[in-house]
Amino acid sequence: MTSAPPASAITAKPRPGDRVFSTATVVAGTLILVTLAAVAIFLVAQSLPAFTAESADFKGDADNFWQYVGPLVFGTLWAAALALIMAIPIALGIALFISHYAPRRLAQGLGYVVDLLAAVPSVVFGLWGISVLAPAVQPFYTTLTEWFGWFPLFAGPVSGTGRTILTVAVVLAVMVLPIITALCREVFLQTPVLHEEAALALGATRWEMIKLAVLPFGRPGIISAAMLGLGRALGETMVVAMVLSPAAIISFALLQSQNPTTIAANIALNFPEAHGVGVNILIATGLILFVITLAVNMIARYIVDRRKEFSGAN
Amino acid sequence: MSVLTSPPKSPVGTPVANSLTAGKLPRYTAVYVLIGCIAVMSLVFAMIAVAAGSDFNIVASVFLGVVAYVVVIWVLSRAVEGPRKASDRLVTALVATAFTIALLPLISVAYTTIVNGLPRFDIQFFSESMRNVVGPGGGALHAIVGTLLVTGMATLISVPVGLLTAIYLVEYGRGRLKHAITFFVDVMTGIPSIVAGLFAFALFALITDDPGIRFGFGGSVALSVLMIPVVVRSSEEMLKLVPNELREAAYALGVPKWLTILKVVLPTSIAGIITGIMISIARVIGETAPLLIIAGFTTSMNYNLFAERMMTLPVFVYTQYANQGADTQAYIDRAWAGALTLILIVALLNVIARIVAKVFSPKTGR
Repeated sequence: MTSAPPASAITAKPRPGDRVFSTATVVAGTLILVTLAAVAIFLVAQSLPAFTAESADFKGDADNFWQYVGPLVFGTLWAAALALIMAIPIALGIALFISHYAPRRLAQGLGYVVDLLAAVPSVVFGLWGISVLAPAVQPFYTTLTEWFGWFPLFAGPVSGTGRTILTVAVVLAVMVLPIITALCREVFLQTPVLHEEAALALGATRWEMIKLAVLPFGRPGIISAAMLGLGRALGETMVVAMVLSPAAIISFALLQSQNPTTIAANIALNFPEAHGVGVNILIATGLILFVITLAVNMIARYIVDRRKEFSGAN
Repeated sequence: MSVLTSPPKSPVGTPVANSLTAGKLPRYTAVYVLIGCIAVMSLVFAMIAVAAGSDFNIVASVFLGVVAYVVVIWVLSRAVEGPRKASDRLVTALVATAFTIALLPLISVAYTTIVNGLPRFDIQFFSESMRNVVGPGGGALHAIVGTLLVTGMATLISVPVGLLTAIYLVEYGRGRLKHAITFFVDVMTGIPSIVAGLFAFALFALITDDPGIRFGFGGSVALSVLMIPVVVRSSEEMLKLVPNELREAAYALGVPKWLTILKVVLPTSIAGIITGIMISIARVIGETAPLLIIAGFTTSMNYNLFAERMMTLPVFVYTQYANQGADTQAYIDRAWAGALTLILIVALLNVIARIVAKVFSPKTGR
């Protein structure tokens, strides 16, 4: 008597609004790819003359491009690594403090205070680093070289101005702190309340609850936050250009007056006076910086992708 | 220390070494221990200062006091409350310390900027440019106008592109294009600001065939390159957090997809999106390096984004500091006043963001 109606795929009624909107989003997304391609193409094209440049074209006593860029690459990685080593534990602490330790009433205000740190422009940090931090830490550096000079990192002779790579790394750490903190905090706050309450109900202390529920949930977010912080530390220009007393050397010593400078700072300091092949050489160092950040991002993305990301939208 | 001498009784009357029934430190122990540790360390350093005839080292005494507190509270808690509670207290102390450490540079930066910036934070600073000024006097009106124009244009470019891309990634995207965009947005996040400046410089040098090109719009393009990925990432995160149930409920009522996004998904996540946009503006408004390269510096007013060099506030601060004239103090004062202005602009943006976020934020369970 009754028969099942023929099964057919239900298609939505095509609406002009839908068409316009989805096309706009695709165009916007594609625009990003086009921009990035333009950046890469331009950098490569403008860099080519640098790889065949004569030794007379380089500042300092480098014979070819790789000798010129080597110390700069080292300085860039070294400064960023130092900054992240200092920033990540503190950022995690702050994020946990705001999300799970501070009284609920205060938490939002405290989060705002840390966001203020992100609001301080890099050039202001540069001014602060050179006129407040460097003189303040110099006596401490002197003591450090006196007591721990046998340790290669703290080898003397100590810088008389405090404008060393450690000072730069401290300022860089302060600058990446709010970025890492803000993201971690957001992720920690998104931990399912039921997970936390389940842990607490089983008798976990607050730290055990965080270990069991909050940190595993937030791990991809923590890695992605650290990645953003690293990106900023690698490319930060003005602080390094203003605070560091640079030299074209490779040295792990933290407290001396001869410090490896970074690619970005080197470009900023030399670009205004550069001409001819000099411009190409600086752009080629920019390309190297770009490749380094690309590699860092790809590694970080690989780590993030290995974990299953939680999302409400899939 | 009476707690130490009277172990807690379990219901059957025999003491049990169990964290569930272990003792508990009196309520305000942590506070007293902290005050005690700092007091002891201050005393030690005061004695050292008297003995050596040097100044009292307040930073070192507070720092070592906190370190001593962390150790003492852990030992006390471990003895009385057991190892689990002890590590909980240890982490609490460390986490609170981390927050305090972060406050130090903030307070120091704010204090220095205000103290050094106020001497020139006057009407002249906001009503005059640096045209024909050598030594004292002059102002930053040209730089303030330039910063507002360049950053405003960058925001106009970045927010539509960034937000639409985020919507594509979360709501529409599938397959290869989505993966490519996600990947390359991450790559773009890592573009150093100076490279963005070099890119804008070469792009417009090529288009206009002018090897020494400097103009404001180029700065906007460079800032957009930095701003778009930040907007995409933060908006994407926020859109992902909108529960699928809300979307499904809208579809079940027959709402078209684009209206679902506009009327359900975006309003739910708008607070987070605005916060993200404000963070991205705060990031680019202080960018110096790209503007140094493509927007250049000048001492005159320029209201036209598409012609001539345009001064911006961060570059103003940098050039005042880097190219100090004969009267050094005048230049440094102007640099700090510019820094103070910059910080105030950004703080204002943040306050507006907070208010907007509070007004539009949906009610959550917490």
